[in-house]
Amino acid sequence: MGIFRWLTPHCLNALYLKSLYLKALYLKPLGLALLLVLSLPAHSQAEADSDQGQALLTNLADASPREMDAAIEAIVDSGDPRARSWLDAFGNNRLSRIEDTGQVVVVLRNVGRDWTIADPLTGENLGEISRRELDRVNINNAIRGKLEGVLAMLDLYSDDPEVQENAAEAMMGKVNDSVVNPLTKLLERDLPGPVRNRIEESVAIYQLQQGEPQARLEAIDVLTGSLHSNARAALNNAVAGDDPAVAARAKQALVSIEQKLKMNRAAETLYFGLSLGSVLVLAAIGLAITFGVMGVINMAHGELIMLGAYTTWGMQQLLPGQPGLALILSIPAGFLVAALAGIAIERSVIQHLKGRPLETLLATFGVSLILQQLVRTVISPLNRSVTTPEWMSGSLVINDALSLTLNRMYVIGFALVVFAGLMLIMRKTRLGLEVRAVTQNRAMARSMGIRATRVDILTFGLGSGVAGLAGVALSQITNVGPNLGQNYIIDSFMVVVFGGVGNLWGTLLAGLSLGTINQILEPWAGSVLAKIMVLVLIILFIQKRPKGLFPQKGRAAEG
Amino acid sequence: MSIKKHVKLGLSALALSVSFHAMAAEDPIKVGILHSLSGTMAISETALKDTMEMLIEQQNAKGGIDGRQLEAVVVDPASNWPLFAEKARELLEKEKVDVIFGNWTSVSRKSVLPVVEELNGLLFYPVQYEGEESSENVFYTGAAPNQQAIPAVDYLKNELGVERWVLAGTDYVYPRTTNKILETYLKDMGVAEADIMINYTPFGHSDWQSIVSDIKKFGSAGKKTAVVSTINGDANVPFYRELGNQGIASSDIPVVAFSVGEQELAGIDTGPLVGHLAAWNYFMSVDNDANYDFIDAWVEYKGDDKAVTNDPMEAHYIGFNMYVEAVKKAGTTDVDAVKDAIIGVAVPNLTGGYATMMPNHHITKPVLIGEIQDNGQFSVVWETSSTVAGDAWSDFLPGSRDLIADWRAPLKCGNFNVKAGTCGASAGEQALADAD
Repeated sequence: MGIFRWLTPHCLNALYLKSLYLKALYLKPLGLALLLVLSLPAHSQAEADSDQGQALLTNLADASPREMDAAIEAIVDSGDPRARSWLDAFGNNRLSRIEDTGQVVVVLRNVGRDWTIADPLTGENLGEISRRELDRVNINNAIRGKLEGVLAMLDLYSDDPEVQENAAEAMMGKVNDSVVNPLTKLLERDLPGPVRNRIEESVAIYQLQQGEPQARLEAIDVLTGSLHSNARAALNNAVAGDDPAVAARAKQALVSIEQKLKMNRAAETLYFGLSLGSVLVLAAIGLAITFGVMGVINMAHGELIMLGAYTTWGMQQLLPGQPGLALILSIPAGFLVAALAGIAIERSVIQHLKGRPLETLLATFGVSLILQQLVRTVISPLNRSVTTPEWMSGSLVINDALSLTLNRMYVIGFALVVFAGLMLIMRKTRLGLEVRAVTQNRAMARSMGIRATRVDILTFGLGSGVAGLAGVALSQITNVGPNLGQNYIIDSFMVVVFGGVGNLWGTLLAGLSLGTINQILEPWAGSVLAKIMVLVLIILFIQKRPKGLFPQKGRAAEG
Repeated sequence: MSIKKHVKLGLSALALSVSFHAMAAEDPIKVGILHSLSGTMAISETALKDTMEMLIEQQNAKGGIDGRQLEAVVVDPASNWPLFAEKARELLEKEKVDVIFGNWTSVSRKSVLPVVEELNGLLFYPVQYEGEESSENVFYTGAAPNQQAIPAVDYLKNELGVERWVLAGTDYVYPRTTNKILETYLKDMGVAEADIMINYTPFGHSDWQSIVSDIKKFGSAGKKTAVVSTINGDANVPFYRELGNQGIASSDIPVVAFSVGEQELAGIDTGPLVGHLAAWNYFMSVDNDANYDFIDAWVEYKGDDKAVTNDPMEAHYIGFNMYVEAVKKAGTTDVDAVKDAIIGVAVPNLTGGYATMMPNHHITKPVLIGEIQDNGQFSVVWETSSTVAGDAWSDFLPGSRDLIADWRAPLKCGNFNVKAGTCGASAGEQALADAD
């Protein structure tokens, strides 16, 4: 018995429209109370049925897992305009029962000791109640899957194309005996292209599983060329099925799909590689300035990255509810914080150890430990959670087999922008010129009137600030915790050395290529082995070309 | 002042001094707490130290054990495995504690084992572990694999109809042993080699793109697929985030985790994770008065409204109460007497049932499957109909199939081979041999 058989298109359509504002009702009980009052006459019947509503919900609350289908069915069957909001609340784990009275309520806020509840019939806020007094109406994945099907079916009749598209997407693989007829009827309507394609595909999947031999063959034709994983799953099952004609045709379809997939997978691997590469570039580019150009081995570089990440977290604490704005403001703030910290390190430690690389290494390693412990003591030893803004989560769907995750895409773009900015500073500004002059021949530069100490400070500040920028970006893809920096320091040195010390282009190319190689190796070697292989590769490369990809040429290299 | 009064005063002074003397004879019961308060494990273990101190405080408020007060002796092994052994020795030899509650990682437990066996101490170990061990001096109040991993797989197979399996874990002993057990178990049930994908990642792994994409590919072969995750620590955060970004919903490919609890979820935005699963023997959301009392006491003790409770904390709660009962039963804190008395002791757990100490030094536990909710809590969707007794030796590993543990007389053996009829080396000797 399906839960869809009572779903006739016109009743659903009406149900959907009527329930739209009621759905919102639970979110804004006060603001919409007025709306409720205004619409009372139209819902006098619902008013009279409020007992029936409570009965339906009680029925749902009492149902054993096996009776769930019937209970959900009864709710939608009732045609009650509030049905959708009830089912939404149910799907979100928000339906509970008051132990003493047995009344079913909607939980608005389920954090802490006392929970805020509302009446599902009127939407009225009933205030707070101890969680001990509440019994949750249980839902599990199996029921949630079915519920999604029901809600998707409702949404298909929506006027909003986006809602419709999501609903059609959700229907994939969820079509059964009871919805196939309404769906076929729906196809007779005027539908937007993507919605129509999706519905056709999902009906075809159903036909392939259940239909007559002829229908199954036709279904395969529809699914040929579809990159959706459910389509592939259905075809795979058909290949393993008992009808030889269908199996042969399905096999053919799969072969053609597989060919298309190959291209997509290659593009995907490349994207993964670029995104990992851009993370490496971001982490290393600051080091390319301090280590590459200035020649300072700064082991606290990772902790400067960490400071940038913590700045993002701090910004989000200052601006609660606006993670996007906070993130954008963190870009200058992260730069400043890390740059100031870098300058402080330079003034207090590094300047006294000029030309003593071993001591610099040890001293900055000590600084890195101090910074880590500082964060542990002052903030917390636990990781901090940084919220990803809405516009950075999810992915950009190219086709069914290829979607590019948005947060990574922003990081790639950000890395390129930072790189370009740095390039500009080094090539086109006076500071860049002075930096190059001081690093190539300090004494000569000083005699030409360049204030070498000031240049040192500014350069180190710049490199550190860029590390802070890396931290801001990393806060979106990894954990923000005291150990954040440690995870990237080795990688950063690897990239700079591989790219050729002192060459920014080398760092860019090295980062991107190491990322790509890693992602190509990972699927078949596993992540641990892939890392080791990349390391071995670098060692072999350095043996052959000790100065990296782009060695510095000329007199500067000998100095 | 009359003589009579003098006598009275003298008598009362005498009585007072006698009662003082009696008090002095009743030394407090010393409870050693061996949890890392610094280093990588401090995040998890500090909460357990606090739990023990709270439980001791509560017990003292109730009058201690048979009138004797309890006293906590806290040491910090600093997430340093060899230091665990030294600190355990310090607790037993110098502080002369009556019992130790401690350890989190298996490697730290292996380091402590030879010491507690040599000095005949008592150790309560509260964390789920890979099994394959039973020591005369250790009581395992966390879950063995048959109390967590196996029932979770059964749930996925029977309730969700899963036929294809991804076993993903962090690269160290617990995930590797657990996955070995699960692989054998699945193959015994007739799952083909091609339907099992195994993947290991290092601690703190953060780039999950291609692995998640692989899982997606693996899941599009036409059979219901699930991920069984023994991924440990903060690597879980980017893993779940990548799942969300690549659009893998729990209704498509559910992930059931053995190391993700309330504490771990506290650092994640759980919105995209709703419906993913975890298998434990306790959840903070369990609707039970004993549990609510425990949570309220904990929140008050910590002075933090957002403080969460988790499974190993419940294990300490059970272990501590078992020890209290055993001491009452034995009438002494003598280690050998307590060891004998504690077998068969049953105390209430926090999920509305009872936990019993079995002869193999493991306890009975219910197995719960919870789904992640949007408030960072789990909602229980399934539980075993009765409690499950912990099995020290897995039936799904070739070497351990024939071994049993029974610490009652006359057997008194932690690894008795029922086929050969012999008892092997003790767990501590084993740990020493492995370390060499």
